[in-house]
Amino acid sequence: MPKVTIREERCKACGLCIHYCPKGVLGPSEKFNAKGYHPTEVKHPEKCIGCTICAQVCPDQVFEVYR
Amino acid sequence: MSTETMKKVYSIPESLRNRPHHYCPGCGHGIVLSIVGELVDELGVRDRAVGIAPVGCSVFLYEYYDFDCVQAAHGRAPAVATGLKRANPDLFVISYQGDGDLAAIGTAEIIHAANRSENFSTIFINNAIYGMTGGQMAPTTLLGQKSQTTPYGRNPNTDGFPVRVCELLNSLEGPYYLERVCVATPQDRVKAKKAIKKAFTYQLEGKGFSLVEVLSQCPTNWGMSVLDSVKWVKEVMAQTFPLGVFRDKGQQK
Amino acid sequence: MGKKILMKGNEALGEGAMRAGMRHYFGYPITPQSEVAAYLSKHLPKRGGVFLQAESEISAINMVYGAASAGRRVMTSSSSPGISLKMEGLSYLVGSELPCLIGNVMRGGPGLGNIAPAQADYFQAVKGGGHGDYHIIVLAPTTCQEMFDFAVMALNLADKYRNPVMILSDGALGQMMEPVVIPDEVPIEEYDKSWALTGAKDRPPNVVNSLFLDEKELEEHNIKLQEKFKRIEENEILYSEYRTEDAEYLFVAFGLVSRIVHSVVDLARAEGIKAGLLVPKMLWPFPKDRIAELAEQCRFLMSVEMNSGQMVEDVRLAVNGRRPVYFYGRMGGGVPAQRRVLEELKSHIEGGTK
Repeated sequence: MPKVTIREERCKACGLCIHYCPKGVLGPSEKFNAKGYHPTEVKHPEKCIGCTICAQVCPDQVFEVYR
Repeated sequence: MSTETMKKVYSIPESLRNRPHHYCPGCGHGIVLSIVGELVDELGVRDRAVGIAPVGCSVFLYEYYDFDCVQAAHGRAPAVATGLKRANPDLFVISYQGDGDLAAIGTAEIIHAANRSENFSTIFINNAIYGMTGGQMAPTTLLGQKSQTTPYGRNPNTDGFPVRVCELLNSLEGPYYLERVCVATPQDRVKAKKAIKKAFTYQLEGKGFSLVEVLSQCPTNWGMSVLDSVKWVKEVMAQTFPLGVFRDKGQQK
Repeated sequence: MGKKILMKGNEALGEGAMRAGMRHYFGYPITPQSEVAAYLSKHLPKRGGVFLQAESEISAINMVYGAASAGRRVMTSSSSPGISLKMEGLSYLVGSELPCLIGNVMRGGPGLGNIAPAQADYFQAVKGGGHGDYHIIVLAPTTCQEMFDFAVMALNLADKYRNPVMILSDGALGQMMEPVVIPDEVPIEEYDKSWALTGAKDRPPNVVNSLFLDEKELEEHNIKLQEKFKRIEENEILYSEYRTEDAEYLFVAFGLVSRIVHSVVDLARAEGIKAGLLVPKMLWPFPKDRIAELAEQCRFLMSVEMNSGQMVEDVRLAVNGRRPVYFYGRMGGGVPAQRRVLEELKSHIEGGTK
């Protein structure tokens, strides 16, 4: 099953990944990271198709994608 | 399933240092940084690449690229690139400039590097604002656009008009390849990467000067949400700066 | 053996640099240094080099910055107003510790001034000129031969210290023709250039940079630079003397003026006045210790320059109040006449400094 991992300490919570994920896999976390942002987290891992769009639109090199 | 048995289909490019950068949330610079890293990896040129960090938001590029770098004075990246490439044509030279750097203080340098068709690649980030210094009017600021130094909006009678760099350079014989792209959507990002790959490939083939202008969102200094800013790139900015290929000598008969 | 050729000072400068391995020249036209570019545009391509006429002095110095980053021996040249334009780039070169040769064939100023010889850029050359705390090594040739020899020396010193070196000449030295002995081989010193941008192959990336946002880091960088300047001051010195052994009146003059004053010393001696001359051939570092030493035996010193009195300040600092230091100068392209300098000397002697 495809999978994304998130280096949440790099995330600045711009929301581009959440907006552009075609399957609604991602959402904002309720916790804060060290920078003070609510980092993106995987809300629905089962929906991920490993398309890498999150990684491509991410300005902060947060994602690794496995398929 | 554990990640060990799976194929990694995306991770931070090897040509980028694995460290956070200082760009604001949602900034287009960060996306272009990934593209450059991916392409330096894909083309296998990391061990002969030299990145040029300009003055402006991308001044710290040498902290992000994991290959040789030189930091250039404001506007002078094309001159530094010229010196490097003429001194050692085997180097793969990536010049990276913002709109203030390239289209205001460095106008002469970019025009003449393009006119001589110096064999390096320029990535030109157009976000219609001076980002690093806090949002002043750029040469590319749109008419009516508010900035720290055009608080009532850019007035053509006193502030002049937005400078269209691709169109300007397209009046010269020298440039080999000129294209304007954006990184507002995943589809745009694919096109932007394709354009930058073409510019890089042309340099490797010794074709001469290439410039890819990237319309890049600056939500912080535009005073917009990230999602509004990418929408603004597509719906407003691209009206003044139409996307597309302006020059591609590789496609001419 | 070598050969002796009649050539202009500006041509000798270009030839010397090429003999020393300079293969990349970037410049912009300006009188009275035009012959440097003309000569190099003709000869560099034949020796496998690059001559590039830039769109401005600013571009030229930044091309130098790029080519120096690549580890090459590189040069630019200009004349006073053009050198002013290069000052930002010069500061960056020093900040990033890049070696290069800069020729300044000085003309009259300020502003557009004129194209006659002058020495009014002394302060700009030896005190920094651009922003920030820094020095460059400044060589002041007095003959066409020295234009050649000093170009070789300059490129060696630049590599040795990873610092720009300037040859401070003037419109007359640049334009005049003299026989120049060109040796078959010149001493080319090799220094480590592992810092150069050659591609990060089998090594960590190199970065050429003068930006240190962190105050502590920038202070450390400055301390490192100042230690280097101190090392240069300790190791490098260049001057000549004429009839100083028993001199009671010491002239100090550099460049073209030193040749005029050389004759003044003979004129004075013919009248029984024990004059001598010290010629700094390196203006930074300045031969301050030798001047201080000679001051002990002299009644007074006199600096003769083609400006309103610039080097005289460094002579006074060297003498440190122990003896009077007088000045005579011409400006705007005026060249001191021998008789006039002699009169000046005599007037101070008569003025009474017993």
